[in-house]
Amino acid sequence: MNDELRVYGLHAGIVGLLLISYFVLPEYHSGNLARIMVLAVYAMGYNLLFGYTGLLSLGHALFFSSGMYGLGLAMYHMDFAVPSGILMGLLAALITSTVVGFLALRTSGVAFMIVTLMFAQAGYLTVLYFGEFTRGDEGFVLQQSERVIGSLDLTSPAGRYFAALLLFAICFFLIMYIVRSGFGLALIAIRENEERAKMLGYDVVTLKLKAVVISGVMSGAAGAAYALLFGYAGATFATVQYSIFPLLWVLLGGAGVTIGPLIGTIFMFYLIDYSSSLTMAYMLVAGVVLVLLTLYAPQGLAGELRRSYFKWLP
Amino acid sequence: MASMSILETKGLTKTFGGLSANTNIDFSLTRGKITALIGPNGAGKSTFVGMLSGRITATAGSVHFDGVDISNLPAFKRIGMGIAYTFQITSIFPGLTVQRNVELAARRALSLPKSEILDAVDEVLQRVDLLDRKDQKAADLSYGHQRILEIAMGLIQKPKLFILDEPTQGLADAEVEQFIELINSLAGKSTILLIEHNMDVVMRAADHIAVLNFGELLAEGTPKEIQENKEVQNAYLGKTTDA
Amino acid sequence: MEFGPHLMLASLEGAVIAAVLALTAMGLSIVFGVMRVVNVAHGEFFMLGAVIAWTVAYSLGAHPAIGFLAAIIIAPLLVGILAGAADRIILQKINYDPDRTIVGTIGLLYIIQQTTLMTFGPDARPVEPPFNQRLALPWFEFGESGFQLYWPWGLSITSYKLFIILAAITLLIGLWLLMTRTRIGLVMRATQQDSEMAGAFGVPVKSVYAWVFGLGAGLAAIGAVLIVPVQQAHYLMGNEPLLLSFIVVIIGGLGSLPGTVIAALLIGMSDGIISVFFSPTLAKIIATLLVAMVLVFRPQGLMGKLQ
Repeated sequence: MNDELRVYGLHAGIVGLLLISYFVLPEYHSGNLARIMVLAVYAMGYNLLFGYTGLLSLGHALFFSSGMYGLGLAMYHMDFAVPSGILMGLLAALITSTVVGFLALRTSGVAFMIVTLMFAQAGYLTVLYFGEFTRGDEGFVLQQSERVIGSLDLTSPAGRYFAALLLFAICFFLIMYIVRSGFGLALIAIRENEERAKMLGYDVVTLKLKAVVISGVMSGAAGAAYALLFGYAGATFATVQYSIFPLLWVLLGGAGVTIGPLIGTIFMFYLIDYSSSLTMAYMLVAGVVLVLLTLYAPQGLAGELRRSYFKWLP
Repeated sequence: MASMSILETKGLTKTFGGLSANTNIDFSLTRGKITALIGPNGAGKSTFVGMLSGRITATAGSVHFDGVDISNLPAFKRIGMGIAYTFQITSIFPGLTVQRNVELAARRALSLPKSEILDAVDEVLQRVDLLDRKDQKAADLSYGHQRILEIAMGLIQKPKLFILDEPTQGLADAEVEQFIELINSLAGKSTILLIEHNMDVVMRAADHIAVLNFGELLAEGTPKEIQENKEVQNAYLGKTTDA
Repeated sequence: MEFGPHLMLASLEGAVIAAVLALTAMGLSIVFGVMRVVNVAHGEFFMLGAVIAWTVAYSLGAHPAIGFLAAIIIAPLLVGILAGAADRIILQKINYDPDRTIVGTIGLLYIIQQTTLMTFGPDARPVEPPFNQRLALPWFEFGESGFQLYWPWGLSITSYKLFIILAAITLLIGLWLLMTRTRIGLVMRATQQDSEMAGAFGVPVKSVYAWVFGLGAGLAAIGAVLIVPVQQAHYLMGNEPLLLSFIVVIIGGLGSLPGTVIAALLIGMSDGIISVFFSPTLAKIIATLLVAMVLVFRPQGLMGKLQ
């Protein structure tokens, strides 16, 4: 039995599990899972750039919120229907990731982190500046009546869940395909030793740009989905905190592993869910987890699994 | 018909600030031959090779490869034209397996389906005697084996020109022997440019030697001619240098 | 108020911002310069300085001047010790690996910030300045009898704010003397140049790092103690100093003291001036994009060295 079958089986199995979960879990948890799946897509987008290409961005909230506001503003102010709203969200993410890619990729390492952080910060401030349209921190709500595709109601628990699952499945299989392709291997080569990859003839500059764009658009898709399915867009999603979240989820779940983002998002979601019932300072948990991870398990949960038992995990 | 020289530089110059590292170098590499580039420390060998490979931009002059002017091409494109390059300080993919390292070199260079690529990888690993280590993480190899791995990554590309920057540095004697054998087996098929300090290797492997001193091409000729060249001897202050 | 006096007022306010920013950014710059790590929790050390200052002043309950004096000694000391501990416990263990340090210090950021939230609470609390006379400032005009000074109504500054500026200048000079004229400074610079070499020469690199990390945090804390009588202590007050410090250090060039001071002046003054005349949000957007562009096109900053 080769790795190919194992990989397909694992990924299909996980999607299948998520499918069944809707019918098995109580509504509170299936509601959470819908949210988790969308955020996991954000994390998967981030993982492609961070885990596989080795580029640590501190500004992915810009891409997430581009998708969110692209769809949100189009539907709220310009009465776009859902399908074209989605397109607007994706387009916004495409534009921001291409521009940021072109500029930020001229730097590397710490400078790259700071440049991406700055662009995201500028994005957040711009959302506030145009508060007239975006309603700033307060945000705006997308009416339930608008969030339908034909007769499909995306606001019902089932509609939300399966729409989120569809998005997750698409992105999940897409990532699985990418990281095992020649393109994915080239990204890994860049992560392992960029200079060496260059001197083997790989067009490192173009490859990194593609990685940023795919990563950004996937993050934007998550943002658009979030606004669409949960009916809200707000400046909080453009803050530094929302740039740090995917880093946290990916690190916890396992960077450079396809199943890492999902695992990390689930864990962190419930960890924060639990601790926010205890204290106002629930981000303390995030802080402690980050420190422990960086000290003792830099590979993350799935990363440690792969290292010790399942070497075939892509 | 292919010309006799596969690589030609005209007036190749590099200045850093006020300092001239390479001055006006006219150089050509004969196809199919093994050429060694030698010179005392600071002679400008690394700079010269940097300008050949594209890692350093020339201040003036041109580089032609296989009849094409590559002076303005970025490094990766030059590699894509059929040049393989090994670094002075071994540069491989440490976190990946030996097999994966060579596979990555092969994928870009050879347009073959995956199974055939893996076969080619096995073949090359067999040739350099690393086949039994193919599932080992490259970082876990000894330094000598890592260097050999890097050479394997060059070999699998079936390059027209193979540039090796101080390849025997850090190798044990047996490994140096293995290396010389490998290089000699490539003669005629690939053109090889060696930057070397190890005179033993140079004398035994090279068909042709070029000597750099103070950024200029001092002398060129057969090993015997170079050995007898007074200017070269002076440049090295009478040293016969071992690595 | 007319433009001239208004500009002068804005400049003075900007100078106060610049003064505190210079100290805070120096802390970040030293840490990066010597240790090559980015401390994302730097803003939280700043915040801690302010919070501890409030706690000290409140606990003593004496005359504000005494409270302030105690605070400016105790707060940087405590923060420095905490930072030194963080260095030993976290950074040393991960061997200052760049990626892991970023992540670890992000974690540290949340730990410090949220613990403060749990103990200090979410409210902003004021601290009384040790002295606070209002000083009227003159402006000039060319009247019938030639050059004349007059005192426009509303053009004033407090003696305390002037003190902030003077204190910062003094501290920065002291820091410069420390770095360039003392043995401690020499050791730090040697470690910055080549830590392996320094180690080979008997420099206790690990200890130097712990001290430097502590010093960097302490500088931020001092900056915070100076500004807290003006600003109020709040658990989120570390965010903006962090961002601004980053901006200053990048523009000024990592590890360069004169560069940092000049950049702090630039940023502080423009922040002060632009915010008075234009929308602060727009000013911040432009500043943020400018920083990104500086890094993209001139990665060594204004005065740093290209690595």
